Amino acid sequence: MGLHMNLKDWLGTFGLLDLFSGMQVTLRHMFKPRITIEYPEQKTPLSPRFRGEHVLRRHTDGSERCVACKLCEAVCPAQAIYIEIDPTSTAAQRLTRVYDIDMAKCIYCGFCQEACPVDAIVMGPNFEFTEETRAAMIYRKEKLLANGVRFGARIDENLRLNAKYR
Amino acid sequence: MAEFLASIQGSGQELLGVAWIPLWTVIKIAVLLAPLMFCVTYLTWAERRIIGAMQVRPGPNRVGIFGLLQPLADAVKLFVKETLIPTGADVPVFLLAPLITLGAALVAWAVVPFSAELILADVNIGILYVLAISSLGVYGVLVSGWASNSRYAFLGSMRSAAQMVSYEVALGFTIIPVIMLAGSLSLKDIVAAQSDMWNIIPLLPLFVIYFISGVAETNRAPFDMVEAEAELVAGFATDYSAMAYGMFFLGEYANMILVSTLGALMFLGGWLPPLAFLGFIPGIVWLIIKIGVLLFFFLWIRATFPRYRYDQLMRLGWKVFLPLSLFWIGVTGVVLHLTGRVPG
Repeated sequence: MGLHMNLKDWLGTFGLLDLFSGMQVTLRHMFKPRITIEYPEQKTPLSPRFRGEHVLRRHTDGSERCVACKLCEAVCPAQAIYIEIDPTSTAAQRLTRVYDIDMAKCIYCGFCQEACPVDAIVMGPNFEFTEETRAAMIYRKEKLLANGVRFGARIDENLRLNAKYR
Repeated sequence: MAEFLASIQGSGQELLGVAWIPLWTVIKIAVLLAPLMFCVTYLTWAERRIIGAMQVRPGPNRVGIFGLLQPLADAVKLFVKETLIPTGADVPVFLLAPLITLGAALVAWAVVPFSAELILADVNIGILYVLAISSLGVYGVLVSGWASNSRYAFLGSMRSAAQMVSYEVALGFTIIPVIMLAGSLSLKDIVAAQSDMWNIIPLLPLFVIYFISGVAETNRAPFDMVEAEAELVAGFATDYSAMAYGMFFLGEYANMILVSTLGALMFLGGWLPPLAFLGFIPGIVWLIIKIGVLLFFFLWIRATFPRYRYDQLMRLGWKVFLPLSLFWIGVTGVVLHLTGRVPG
């Protein structure tokens, strides 16, 4: 702030022009529409590839898709999946007796749905699920199948949209 | 208005005799402070909404319609929380500090006139009184930093004390030409002297210096060196919680309104309408509008500018504002002398 300032700089500083040009920006923004998305009422769009809560899908005839191949259990990096095969399974139809996912362990990497050869385990669009105990975070087969019914339509649509990239 | 007040006063004195006088004073104080505290709490709401709007987000809008109940929710929260006292603190002083800050911020309002009649204490040296009281506010900050016995609080309070003292000098000097023009230290006379021309027209540079010094004096952004959360956690308020903290907060906002009110009274013609034919609107409405505009500038500045560095702040105060305002005192004196308008 010496004598070497030229007139324009001097006016900018002492005429407060520099300050007002900054204040213009904030004033203009004051009248812009808000960009905030107020979450519980408004939601952002989700990608068809979104990896939310897991679901177990059924065939259109109502039978379970899962063939108890245990690929998902093997690939799961967090070891969150536990599967037991149904002893009554035949060569024609293998079924699971137990299919547990510990949602507290899950890291939502999506490897299970990548590994699944029959599109049985799929990660759905739901991310709004909470429980108050760790025990409740262990999802049983019934819960996963129920999720499949609950989000079935959206999951079918997501799978269709994503099919050409797989 | 005046007759109405006089009739209340008369009947009160008949009813209660001598006891009426302190009671009447308490009533007057309550009538002044209740709207003031209301304004202070809603200034926090306005600040969050306006700064939010400037940052293209809504600000608090959940509690009540437009978030209008947010200040109440905040107040309830501050009241029910526990006031923590650090082990090493000097307890009586620690608790006294927020009282000094808030007290000084409120006491200064005693002499502020809201219209030609509406004034709690019509002191003929009103402006001197305000300057004296606002200097006391420094003690609250200084003492709080000392009593907290924490290095963050201590450094924060040292900085802020130095800052407030420095800017008080510039602030005082900007007021002198106003007094010279009015020839009186009474705020009422200062407003009356602006009936031909508001002081902002001849004294525009001083008004700018007054306002910027006012921002620094109230420790508001971009001069909120006290807090400087990046380096000092929360400055002098680091160890304060609950209502003790709330009192600092109330004091800061009351001071903002005080600086805006004094600015409106001294430079913007107080309750005088901008054009004579607009005189049908009551003066207090004009005063409130002017205070509101100045308060908006406070918030606008906060939303716009980054925090000043401490040495820059000191340089601005001592090397720019002080000489400029001194120079303007000289100019005002010479002009008044040459035009032969030196007030009696």
